[in-house]
Amino acid sequence: MSEMQKPSGGAGGVRGDSDDAGRPAVGSSAASRPGSQGEGAAGGAGRGDPSSAAVELRGVRKAYVEPDGSVLPVLDIERFVLARGEQVVLLGASGCGKTTLLNVISGITSADAGQVRVDGVDLARLPEAARDRFRADRIGMVFQTFNLLPAFTALENVLLGMSFSGRRADVREARRLLERVGLGRRLEHRPGQLSVGEQQRVAVARALVKRPAVLLADEPTASVDVANQQRILDLLRDVCREHDVALLLVTHSPEVAAQFERVERLESFNRAVAPAGATR
Amino acid sequence: MNVFHIAYKSLKQRALASSLTGLSVALGIALMVTVLVLHATMTRMFSQSASGYDLIVGPKGSKLQLVLNTIYRVSQPIENLPYRYYQQLRRDPRVEVAIPFALGDVTQQGGFPIVGTTPEYFTVEYVPGRRFRGNGPNLSRPFDAIIGSLVARRNGWNKGDQISLVHGGVADDVHDQKFTVVSVLEPTGTPNDKTVFVHIEGFWRLAGHEKPLDEAIERYRQFFGEDPRPEELGLATATGRPERGESAEQRAEHDGHGAGHGDDGEQGEQGEQREQREQGEHGEHGEHGEHGPIPDIQKEVTAVLVRVRSMTLVPQIEAEINEGVQAQAVNPIREIRWLLENIVGNVRTLSVVLTALIVIVSGISILVSIYNSMSERRREIAIMRALGASRRTVFGIILAESTLLCFGGGLAGVVLGHGMVFAAAPIIEARSGYLVDPFAFDWVELILLPALLLLATLVGFLPGVTAYRTDVAKALAE
Repeated sequence: MSEMQKPSGGAGGVRGDSDDAGRPAVGSSAASRPGSQGEGAAGGAGRGDPSSAAVELRGVRKAYVEPDGSVLPVLDIERFVLARGEQVVLLGASGCGKTTLLNVISGITSADAGQVRVDGVDLARLPEAARDRFRADRIGMVFQTFNLLPAFTALENVLLGMSFSGRRADVREARRLLERVGLGRRLEHRPGQLSVGEQQRVAVARALVKRPAVLLADEPTASVDVANQQRILDLLRDVCREHDVALLLVTHSPEVAAQFERVERLESFNRAVAPAGATR
Repeated sequence: MNVFHIAYKSLKQRALASSLTGLSVALGIALMVTVLVLHATMTRMFSQSASGYDLIVGPKGSKLQLVLNTIYRVSQPIENLPYRYYQQLRRDPRVEVAIPFALGDVTQQGGFPIVGTTPEYFTVEYVPGRRFRGNGPNLSRPFDAIIGSLVARRNGWNKGDQISLVHGGVADDVHDQKFTVVSVLEPTGTPNDKTVFVHIEGFWRLAGHEKPLDEAIERYRQFFGEDPRPEELGLATATGRPERGESAEQRAEHDGHGAGHGDDGEQGEQGEQREQREQGEHGEHGEHGEHGPIPDIQKEVTAVLVRVRSMTLVPQIEAEINEGVQAQAVNPIREIRWLLENIVGNVRTLSVVLTALIVIVSGISILVSIYNSMSERRREIAIMRALGASRRTVFGIILAESTLLCFGGGLAGVVLGHGMVFAAAPIIEARSGYLVDPFAFDWVELILLPALLLLATLVGFLPGVTAYRTDVAKALAE
């Protein structure tokens, strides 16, 4: 048993990883060299070990209990790794667990078992509040629609991306990013005054303003008109590259997927669903 | 951006609902502040003006009415005491000061109460440590008047002005005899400000103020158990000495125009002599006119303000007076304290409870407003959670919203309440004659702060828990 698998501090937050605790580390990926990484510093404020992967899942399982009492497995992933700065498209049939996977990686949903390492920190061992703080610090998220808070201006929405991490809000960086996404002149506009494409660009700026280790994008171009789809996609990829942020992008669009070097189908590594005719 | 900033933005987003719920809190608090301030002013006023004298002596009747009538010059006089009773009190060695009050009339202009009294009233402290100050001399001639500051201000009167009195408050019964203002008092913050003081001699000389002789004699006998002495009947200086008793009653029939009849029969000559003597320099002897000095037996006082030489003597004198069947002595401070504690205090408690209920209802409206907004804000809350806000943070944001509404509304309410007092002060003064300090502040208001915080916590709790429990994954998927 390697050192990293010993339960670290904050045992109260350790959730459902008992059956995976004894599993040996695989560590085969070139991009992933899990060693003695500072799990103790899992409070989220500090940056992880630069030698670790951006995201590394091992033996992750998640099931939902249906109203009738039956257990419905959604995720059963033996191993999934996203290297630092790597850009991956995740494809999958509707209901195959793509969004659940993103929620598990972001710490919104806790895995029933396994390790969920983001930036070297195992979120599965953290209590919810610590996962929240870690997310505030190291994970960026972009959703399909209604990303922004309607009461806040574009600039304030971006600043909100830094508000929950405990760090000082960096107005300069927020402005710079909004200029970078082409909205330098719309800082004071509210979401209602912006087009859907512009709103999505604000969301990209907000997700990146805290310099996360990974950006999770759930169909970010699905609600945007065709002309803007490519712009958003290019912007997302360029800015992630510039800031060395790993990108995990969920999409249904083959055109979008075709632009990425690495394309993963969730069914291919999620044992909870059959590769064909999956229900989730 | 802290939780209050986020909460403020969210409230601004729902500006109409927020301002309406905030306004309801503001109105509730404003009412509460008004009640508190007015009550504090009233209590201060009552306790302040009552403390100058140890005892109020008046005819038997309601103690409270005697005090209200004598000190606050509200309500009607009960009855009157014979002049001799006042003289006895005054001669009592235990009594330091005994000041007669004759009440019942009001000014024709403005309806301010008239107090007939002696110049001595202005030479003693009206409350401990405070003496009257005016811009002119004390009362000296019978038709001198000294007016309170409020009377001067409202009626635009000053030294030298002539003022008319209405008998017994009946609008058309105006005394022809005018009084001349000799001095205007500086404001005292007591009912003296709304009072016109006239020389008691002049007051007695006004037609209808002297007790009809037959009634006076009857009352005298009841009071003192003996017949009046000749000098009290004003006969000592008159020519001839009619038989006591018989002549007095016969004279009364002539003199008693207050009783509405006159008889020039056998006693005509004497009556004429008296009339001539009494009219003095003033011409008319009519219904509303004035006559010269009247015999002591016809003089009456409504009340006597008494200060005794030692506080330890108060219960003794009080008991002695109350033993009699005709008069009573009342400790004004005790009476006012009773009034404040049992009536005013209860009214205040009731008002505060009612206004507190209004505030609670407005608190519930905040709860409903925020709670209703929660369903549409599930997505917003989920986004904030996705951005890293903890459950506690979103709970805090909702609590901050209710706190901002309660505190913002409460603060506006305090300002509004004092504004209402400020605006109402001149109206209250005009209606009641009571001076209200527009900047008055009741320390109980300080309790509002923690109370509002408690209210904010209570009303923010339920929607806060809803925010706390928001299923982020589910809300993001919607």
